[in-house]
Amino acid sequence: MAAHAHSTAAQPAILNEVKPTPFPRATLVENNRSFGWVTDKISGIIEGKTPTWWWVCFVLACCVASFTVAGITYLVSTGVGVWGHANPVNWAWDIVNFVFWIGIGHAGTLISAILCLLRQKWRTSINRAAEAMTIFAVVCAGIFPVFHVGRVWFAWYLFPIPNSNDIWQNYRSPLEWDVFAVSTYGTVSVLFWYVGLLPDLAVLRDRFFKAGNKVRSFCYGFFALGWRGSNRHWSNYEMAYLILAGVSTPLVLSVHTIVSFDFAVSLLPGWHTTIFPPYFVAGAIFSGFGMVLTLMLPLRAIYGLQDLITQYHIDCMCKIVLATGTIVGYAYGMEFFIAWYGANPNEGFAFINRAFGHYAWAYWIMISCNVITPQFFWFKKVRENTSFVWILSIFVNVGMWFERFVIIVTSLARDFLPSSWGYYSPSIVEIFTFFGTFGVFSVLFLLFIRFLPVMPMAEIKSVMPQADVHGHDDHGTDALAKAHH
Amino acid sequence: MSAKSYGLIATFETTPSVYHAAEQVRDAGYKNWDCITPFPVHGLDKAMGLGRSKVPRFSLCGGILGFTTGMSLIIYTSYFNYPLIVGGKPYFSPLFAFPVSYELTILFTAFATIGGMLFLNGLPMHYHPVLKSDKILSGMDDKFHIVIESSDPKFNLAQTKALLEKAGGKDIQELEA
Repeated sequence: MAAHAHSTAAQPAILNEVKPTPFPRATLVENNRSFGWVTDKISGIIEGKTPTWWWVCFVLACCVASFTVAGITYLVSTGVGVWGHANPVNWAWDIVNFVFWIGIGHAGTLISAILCLLRQKWRTSINRAAEAMTIFAVVCAGIFPVFHVGRVWFAWYLFPIPNSNDIWQNYRSPLEWDVFAVSTYGTVSVLFWYVGLLPDLAVLRDRFFKAGNKVRSFCYGFFALGWRGSNRHWSNYEMAYLILAGVSTPLVLSVHTIVSFDFAVSLLPGWHTTIFPPYFVAGAIFSGFGMVLTLMLPLRAIYGLQDLITQYHIDCMCKIVLATGTIVGYAYGMEFFIAWYGANPNEGFAFINRAFGHYAWAYWIMISCNVITPQFFWFKKVRENTSFVWILSIFVNVGMWFERFVIIVTSLARDFLPSSWGYYSPSIVEIFTFFGTFGVFSVLFLLFIRFLPVMPMAEIKSVMPQADVHGHDDHGTDALAKAHH
Repeated sequence: MSAKSYGLIATFETTPSVYHAAEQVRDAGYKNWDCITPFPVHGLDKAMGLGRSKVPRFSLCGGILGFTTGMSLIIYTSYFNYPLIVGGKPYFSPLFAFPVSYELTILFTAFATIGGMLFLNGLPMHYHPVLKSDKILSGMDDKFHIVIESSDPKFNLAQTKALLEKAGGKDIQELEA
């Protein structure tokens, strides 16, 4: 200390004693792994022999997925009446499932876009799988609106092409906005995912080429577009990635906002509220992160990825679940408050009915799963217990499905006229079709983990301390250690 | 080995070594050269003397085109081609046309950004001398390379090789064109 004192003699001595301590950043890749280790670890998942558990899960998932195929085949061949909804509940499980699956997808885009813009480097280990989850969730979501139109071969009426009477689509309708929002969302998610995959496909191309597997080398090479790690390419690539993140951020917020317009733009009590867009977006991110945890924790355990998905990553995700879950809880309270404070008797009734009417069971499942569950994540002990986190993440997903059910069904079942009140219960076809989509999702996800790198190797390498050209990570523990000497 | 040589490739073990070598190659005045890295090394653009990427220009054009497409589609269809009163609302208002135009802005921007990136990078290009070399395997994994092309006006086999050696490059090889 004394040696430094004369150089800063003009300052009061206390300033030499009290120095701002750099905020310690958690290491993102534990156990001082090398770049080569990352490549071998992640590529190894694809290169190794197909594990038995994968085949078991794949066959099981195909069986479950066949429920959706059977349900849809029966629906198309018989008519939309095979689903349980009828007056007054004309939207039911179809739209519940649609909103549920679209919401699941949101965490993927949030991780890859918003966290990228906010320079949250911990996103790198989980963004690939989360983006894959987004795409597969959008696929599952798309099934429901397409088939609930009844005569599915007329679904092209939604596209901006004039029909046979030369009448165009009604662009005033939120349902038409939905078509644009969801199809843009699906397309941009695929593009974003593919651009992120480019360098990793090139890695696999070269590794399979060296291993003498010409067919797989050709397939990966075809999609790698001749990527060769040129820094002139990286420069444009990084800029493109940043812009994609920049446009995906308003996209992810707008998609669920527009989905909420399907309800908010109507005049039905319980739907016609301005809180819907932010409330839907928070709920979507909440359920999306729930699903990311549900998928990533087993993946981490099975493939031994603890060095890449560290306790810090799980901690961050739990905290996002806690934050968004609390926003959702606040939204429930605020809806109730405004229903009372707004002094609209229909609105007030809709909310009393939700909590204490025929669907009170669904409402209280929703409250328990969405309001109480995330509060456990305040405790570090809970966040550190991966099995407990996993179980809670499933509760989050169940709760968010019930949220959409409560919103849609309770408002329709008890609208303005008591003469048109009813009670909705799903038909067996509907139930099968919905449970089948979990199979569809699982089939796609299993294929993904078998054939594509589950983590972005290039991005993980770029956040490792060795990647820094000045020899250390300025914000890492090295800097902290130096500050203390 | 064919008679024609594409250039020289040198290997570096760490990011700081390739970074400082790139600075030396830049200062020596070479133009047709490149670094091959398994991930984007931050700061390397500056060390190579590269300017800001031109991708945003493509994105901006895409965004403007997308927004105009959305607005014109709705103006044309609901004001000119088939004016139809729905719920007593006006034939056209920018408010109801906004969500669709907004989504198309994002869609077109995304396509323009990726198209622009691929165009600027000259991809897809499935044949390149670097891809033919064995070095690409480590270049995709954990090593860093500098390639100086023989088409560079300053290229001289002996001198360029000496420069790369001085900069700390190991295992310098000629690339087959």
